[in-house]
Amino acid sequence: MITKESVAHVAELSRLSFSDAELTQYTAQLGEILNMVEQLEEVDTTGVPATTQSIHLHNVMREDVPHNDTKVEDLFKNVPTAKGTLIQVPAIIDKEED
Amino acid sequence: MNFETTIGLEVHVELKTKSKMYSPTPVSYGAAPNTQTNVIDWGFPGVLPSINKGAYSYGIMVALALHADITRDTHFDRKNYFYPDNPKAYQITQSETPLATNGYIEIEVDGKKKRIGIHELHVEEDAGKNQHEDDGYSYVDLNRQGTPLIEIVSEPDIASPEEAYQYLEQLRQIVQFTGASDVKMEEGSMRVDTNLSVAPIGSAKYGTKTEIKNLNSFVHVRDGLAYEQKRQAQLLMAGGTVRQETRRWDVDKKETILMRVKEGADDYRYFPEPDLPPVHVSQAWIDEVAATLPEPPARRRARYVDDWKIPAYDAGVLTNTLEMSDFFEATVAEGADPKLASNWLMGEVSGYLNAEHAELKDVALTPAHLAEMIKLIADGTISSKIAKKVFKEIIVNDTDPKAWVEAKGMVQLSDPAKLTPIIDAVLDANQQSIDDFHSGKDRAVGFLVGKIMQETHGKANPKVVNQILMSELSKR
Repeated sequence: MITKESVAHVAELSRLSFSDAELTQYTAQLGEILNMVEQLEEVDTTGVPATTQSIHLHNVMREDVPHNDTKVEDLFKNVPTAKGTLIQVPAIIDKEED
Repeated sequence: MNFETTIGLEVHVELKTKSKMYSPTPVSYGAAPNTQTNVIDWGFPGVLPSINKGAYSYGIMVALALHADITRDTHFDRKNYFYPDNPKAYQITQSETPLATNGYIEIEVDGKKKRIGIHELHVEEDAGKNQHEDDGYSYVDLNRQGTPLIEIVSEPDIASPEEAYQYLEQLRQIVQFTGASDVKMEEGSMRVDTNLSVAPIGSAKYGTKTEIKNLNSFVHVRDGLAYEQKRQAQLLMAGGTVRQETRRWDVDKKETILMRVKEGADDYRYFPEPDLPPVHVSQAWIDEVAATLPEPPARRRARYVDDWKIPAYDAGVLTNTLEMSDFFEATVAEGADPKLASNWLMGEVSGYLNAEHAELKDVALTPAHLAEMIKLIADGTISSKIAKKVFKEIIVNDTDPKAWVEAKGMVQLSDPAKLTPIIDAVLDANQQSIDDFHSGKDRAVGFLVGKIMQETHGKANPKVVNQILMSELSKR
């Protein structure tokens, strides 16, 4: 069972802010999702190796050849505030890294 | 109470690829902010990363150089964290199945050899750069975002700050000689985090460890670890306990300073990266990389000592950087005597580079010119005094030393047929010195040599002058 505390914790890690009512609502919804996923445990997977992929591909790689046809102006269309070609963000008081 | 120290090191190394780890944008330095980026680097919704095969091959190369076992079936994982220099809010790394495990580095401290285990080596991506400014905002440049990194995690086999220092020196050399990275601490292409704990000798358990971050030289690593070792031991002696915390080394105060206290493991919520299919490393791929693996520094050192009779210490200095080692070998290949080439590189050349804060690639000196100058000295064409002038010329300008000494009339006068008449003339003019010589005053010889040098504008070969002078003096 997922608790309100763990939902609040994950929200905090993702820098999302929820009201108490929203937390209650999301806790219930996430609980339902987990219940649905748990049903998969009914499948007998004895002898089946764990996988990390749902598509049967491997070694999809590219050669180390640089190219970039992106215009920096296009990227900055999604930047609310900029200084030259620097992205302006609120000053971050460092919690996680240095 | 006596304590034993346990140190583990995590080293990040930037790979020298042309493009990024998961996007094809160029890895380049000094470009205008954000111009070397695309939608993958910015973490736009719906983009698909792809694996840089060249970066992975470099990773295999370093792993082989560290005697590690390559993981044959591997996948990537997401490490989730929030920070503006990483717009995806996760780093694509290898957590469950690192590129390689179980390697080692051999170090030597106080004449004793010791193996330090490598727990694992994995590939991942660098973050962008955040600059904090005093206008209340931070500014983000994502050019570095996605630059391929390898992280090399040691076993906690390191027992002293000096061993840590030696481990890092060896690691830097080994990686540099593979050509996979520049491994320069000052430029950030090599970064070191340390973990250290102390416990009473014979304890079954490790003590609580503290981490030091943001160390930017090997000397700071050694000093920081030595400080932390003492601080923890003193805390325990006084009946206190060590807290698990992250600290930083303050270079001016010469002490470690608390950055933050760690409560439990970091909550990175790793999960397999769904956007990248797994990688299978075939034996053929490993063989292909192994075939291009350059000769490691330890083997070069052994060759210098065995084949060229270079002292072990000198061989160590010459292999300190790949650039110096390659230059030395090229100079010998151009026909220079190895011992003389070594002396020049360790003496005049290194002295010049240190004084000018330059590297070999910044100066005009070529192995061919250095070799030619050494040959001119060895065959007596120029004196060692003149050689210093020649050296100054060829390290600053791309000048052929032989043509230059000929054009400048610096060729040493060694022909007895030309020197004898000059010496006789000097003797004729200095009867007093001849008398002094015969009455046992050795100083007279120095005076006469000085006169001969004056007559020849310093070009006379001192060795030949001495021989002729002594024989002429005995005749008078």
